[in-house]
Amino acid sequence: MTQDIARKPIYLDYSSTTPIDPRVAEKMIPFITEHFGNPASRSHSFGWTAEKGVEEAREEVAKLVNADPREIVWTSGATESNNLAIKGASHFYSAKGKHILTVATEHKCVIDSFRELEREGYTATYLEPEPNGLVDLEKFKKAIRPDTVLASVMFVNNEIGVIQDIEALGNICREQKVIFHVDAAQATGKVNIDLEKLPVDLMSFSAHKTYGPKGIGALYVRRKPRIRIEAQMHGGGHERGMRSGTLATHQIVGMGEAFRIARVEMQLENERIRKLRDKLLHGLQDMEEVYVNGDLKQRIPHNLNISFNYVEGESLIMAVKDIAVSSGSACTSASLEPSYVLRALGRSDELAHSSIRFSIGRYTTEADVDFTIQLLKEKIQKLRDLSPLWDMFKDGIDISKVEWAAH
Amino acid sequence: MAYSDKVLDHYENPRNVGTLDKDDPHVGTGMVGAPACGDVMKLQIKVSDDGVIQDAKFKTYGCGSAIASSSLVTEWLKGKTLDQASEIKNSAIAEELALPPVKIHCSVLAEDAIKSAIADLKSKQGK
Repeated sequence: MTQDIARKPIYLDYSSTTPIDPRVAEKMIPFITEHFGNPASRSHSFGWTAEKGVEEAREEVAKLVNADPREIVWTSGATESNNLAIKGASHFYSAKGKHILTVATEHKCVIDSFRELEREGYTATYLEPEPNGLVDLEKFKKAIRPDTVLASVMFVNNEIGVIQDIEALGNICREQKVIFHVDAAQATGKVNIDLEKLPVDLMSFSAHKTYGPKGIGALYVRRKPRIRIEAQMHGGGHERGMRSGTLATHQIVGMGEAFRIARVEMQLENERIRKLRDKLLHGLQDMEEVYVNGDLKQRIPHNLNISFNYVEGESLIMAVKDIAVSSGSACTSASLEPSYVLRALGRSDELAHSSIRFSIGRYTTEADVDFTIQLLKEKIQKLRDLSPLWDMFKDGIDISKVEWAAH
Repeated sequence: MAYSDKVLDHYENPRNVGTLDKDDPHVGTGMVGAPACGDVMKLQIKVSDDGVIQDAKFKTYGCGSAIASSSLVTEWLKGKTLDQASEIKNSAIAEELALPPVKIHCSVLAEDAIKSAIADLKSKQGK
């Protein structure tokens, strides 16, 4: 067996991470070499230059989401922002109560922050979404209790790309005086975010999902009405005491530039990506027994999560090694469990196993999409030709009614 | 998942994929596994009147090692008598394919499939 090491797979995993836009990299480099000063140094020009870079970046991040720059706190990424927001606000407002609310399909770092608070004595509700991945507003409202202190709902789901109705959820929280946190790691540059209008108290951002560097993110902390959080990182009192630690100037500058580009280019880019996604979807839907996971309308154009029935997940991943995608299959996860997100939608284990998440981005071309459609059609056909379940399906046998000898 | 070249070869170029007429009195069919467990193997053998396996075909829903294990046994089965066939052990399959420990169950399933196909043939022929 010969392996062509030189040929890289086609990258269709932009929801995992994105490459740094070359324009972003260019802007970062001077802040690694010549402008190396500590932005907290107030006594010389090295510090002033670095501080200027940081503050300009803060303005750019704020502009993308229509916030005040003073509402932006730098962190190491969305995981830290989510931890800081959830634990920080729940701790600060614990006098109000010790119940917290989120959704079963949130990112692991939200779920795990909730688990940590449960260990500290809080009670948590993990709301099940509807089969299309969206949160039912009435169920959300009913899940709020008099002692609910905080609710956390992600803007855009990382696996299935569905967009939650943040405005409506936020209004419910306002009425009930519940702090509302939103993980927007997957939303920046993909959906319009206007924090002047959205009733959101805390919002998490990440740079590397939006063509910025890894290791940098931000937390929006509303000033009017003012939201308080307890710091999780203690030290020199940076970021108005909410997050101590020397600022990573070059990373911050990179995030600012990445968010500036997103603001300027997102409308056109999203249109282009939507066309590619629709082409991919139509190409794949030619096949039988193909299921889109998650609502197709209330969804970012970048994401397509599809299950291919009667094809086993790991063999599917082996078959499509010429494209870089992620899968809901157990075999590709560290936990050996199929995707908890797909299972929360009520998908069977088999369908969860045979799912692939395609995520399209800035550098995806039409040729990439054409190649992907061709590859998938060929490999799915091959694996189904190999599959006794496919034969049974074709013979009209309902596989769920067959008595299998579990092993 | 780091697979051996042999697994990859059988996965890329599976041998003897197909279906034999399950109503033929000379054909034995074995179907083992379950979709919920992630693998289902269908193995068929066609046996001459003097008890020698003339042909073997498989279809497998499963991971790369499940496909490779079933492909490999179809190669091994051809030309063997039923007695010789029933002596094929999962350990030999696992060894030949250098299966990692988490994939040993695939070879067990392949051995079960052989036994199941032979049992089906024998019950058909009233032996």
